[in-house]
Amino acid sequence: MPREGILIEKPLERLSPKQVQQIHDASIDILNDPGLLCFNENAAEIFQGSGAVVSKVSGSNTPCWHIKIPGKLVSSALKSAPSTVTLGARNPENTIIMKGDEPRVFFITGSETNIWLDVDFPTYASKTDPNKETKIPEFKPRRGTVADLCDSAHVCEHLEMVDGYIRTVNIQDNDIDVDNKDVNKYFASLNNTTKHVMSGLTNLKQLDNVVKMAEIIAGGRDNLKKNPLISFITCLVKSPLQFVDDTTETFMEVCKRWLPIVVSSSPQAGTSAPIKEAGIIAQINAEVLAGITLGQLVNKGTPVLYGTVPVRARMDTLGDSYGSVETSQYNIDCAQMARFYNLPNYSTSGVCDTKIPGQQSSIERLFSNVLVTLSGPQFLHCAFGLLDCNSVFCLLQAVLDDAHFKMIKFFLKSPGINEQELETVKKQIRDVVATPQKMFINYIRPVMRTGEISPPYPFEREGDSDDVFALASQRLQELRDKPVEHIDKATTARIFREIPGLLPRLNIYEGKQ
Amino acid sequence: MSENIIELIKENVIQGRITRDDEGIEEDMAGQPGVTELVEEALASGIDVSEIINKGLTASMQAVGQKFETGEYFIPDMLASAEAVGTAMEILKPHLEKSGVKPKGKILMATVKGDLHDIGKNIVSILLRGAGYMVKDIGNNLDTKDIVKAVREEKPDYLGLSALLTSTMVSMEDIIKALEESGLRDKVKIIIGGAPVSEEYAREIGADGYGADGFHGVSVIETMNGHN
Repeated sequence: MPREGILIEKPLERLSPKQVQQIHDASIDILNDPGLLCFNENAAEIFQGSGAVVSKVSGSNTPCWHIKIPGKLVSSALKSAPSTVTLGARNPENTIIMKGDEPRVFFITGSETNIWLDVDFPTYASKTDPNKETKIPEFKPRRGTVADLCDSAHVCEHLEMVDGYIRTVNIQDNDIDVDNKDVNKYFASLNNTTKHVMSGLTNLKQLDNVVKMAEIIAGGRDNLKKNPLISFITCLVKSPLQFVDDTTETFMEVCKRWLPIVVSSSPQAGTSAPIKEAGIIAQINAEVLAGITLGQLVNKGTPVLYGTVPVRARMDTLGDSYGSVETSQYNIDCAQMARFYNLPNYSTSGVCDTKIPGQQSSIERLFSNVLVTLSGPQFLHCAFGLLDCNSVFCLLQAVLDDAHFKMIKFFLKSPGINEQELETVKKQIRDVVATPQKMFINYIRPVMRTGEISPPYPFEREGDSDDVFALASQRLQELRDKPVEHIDKATTARIFREIPGLLPRLNIYEGKQ
Repeated sequence: MSENIIELIKENVIQGRITRDDEGIEEDMAGQPGVTELVEEALASGIDVSEIINKGLTASMQAVGQKFETGEYFIPDMLASAEAVGTAMEILKPHLEKSGVKPKGKILMATVKGDLHDIGKNIVSILLRGAGYMVKDIGNNLDTKDIVKAVREEKPDYLGLSALLTSTMVSMEDIIKALEESGLRDKVKIIIGGAPVSEEYAREIGADGYGADGFHGVSVIETMNGHN
């Protein structure tokens, strides 16, 4: 059985059918005028050979082509792009099946941050009463390592609401460089979680090593195609409307290998996209449609996700404001547009502006997590543990997020109202009203242990104290103490034999993690 | 035989099964004798009342309390078990005197004038019965004079007063004054409870105790009664 996700029976939608059509029409207009700038020659040639209007831009420092994509090319790509995309996993029970017309949400971690946040609970004494002591969480940032990535993948394996894993931390060990980063980040992830693993690629030269590693684990090329336990994400579009050279090349190469890939665009309303909702949605939709069109031209039928990471600019710094209300609005609109195209949507929620776990982070992330989940994107990159936009990762926060997603999941259960149920409760009401105490308490017990009643907040302490972080920290330790289901010894040996660049210490059978 | 019935009483109190129709927590218990049937069977078999109370009811409530402490049981479980014990005590009531078993105490429970909210009072009543007290619930929205009259007639050891509203809690002070004027105040200990009242308010109006919730209320009375 694949993972269940959460089926949103009535997705939250902000756009009317007419507005959806208007956005689509506007995006098609944008792809024609002004069109896109493409810094990748191969892509420009593919577009030119397929009926797009392509012209070399003169006077540019780097080679650049101006591309006008006709609407019929987009329509054709939308027809050939599969509406169902499967993301496989080492454990087949962790397979994710996403259908473009089914708003079933799967929750994914990531993405890559540079800073890992440790938490400690030092004791402080009151100045007025030194006998009065309290433990206060202190967060200590440091650069992420491959050991942290293993730790994170292992904990996320045991977080119930995490359906798939995007690496949460950039590995910055001294012995990691641009040539060995990809194989090590994929291996560290795959070796510590049996869930699906998605990542971006640092160096295109490493693509075949990464794919070969996945083939070894899956049991061959055909098995990997059937059970694609890895996938990729590329930001091939730089907003506004530019195909970047290297990521476009990476995107095309992944498409040729039939592995699932996210066509992602992340415009910022106010700087790299219009500040108005209509503007950023029409533009991001055009950018993603252009990417999907390129992918289908490269390899017709290759599985792609409609990937959207829109964000509003902060007015004080012009940095990203993922915690802004508008960012959630954009994401909800994009989920609706993807459904219009019958394509699975990669969406974003839960990224907050604040730098450490606390009240602001809770409010910002819960606000977007609830609303964007309700809109029904299939692949919700919901930023388990991410802080400070996309710069900081804290496992303690990921544990909290998992608990909060369980609450959201509970909320989204079907009402369960039917004739039989109503007959039962009418009798119950009559019976109770006839008793002297008029209490329904006895009827709680039969449902109390069936999961029909939502549990209390898991990090609640008795009394007045707020010990959420301390209790979540205990939970984190419990998860860390759980076993890791590593890749078996023979497969590991083969991977280390055939894939260059892996750090010996990642071989748990011979090295030391 | 005796040990078998006592064990069954204990098990059924823990399961919160009053009669054979009740389901309990474990599956397939419905249809088997509950506490009512088992206590009647125990009496018919000539088992000593004190043995039923001490080895069956009290011991089982201690086990239930432990399950609550460890998080295995929740308040509805505690209430179901307490209700089962209360029902057993009602059956045993006529046999207590001749068996030489002295009840732990008599408690009058009332919700004050103007207040129709009686869930809290009902829960405390169930818990007190479960703890082995004789509880008389005289109702809600009661005039002060009716409460004084009940104290005079019933001669309880304790009077529990409940109020949910800030507008009705002031009646508690009137009731205490009326009991003083009637010469009954020193014959009964008064414990107050309900959302708007507090320990401080209990002291201000001259009550003897305050229960923050049902379990605390029982604990306060147990302490006054010398059982804690």
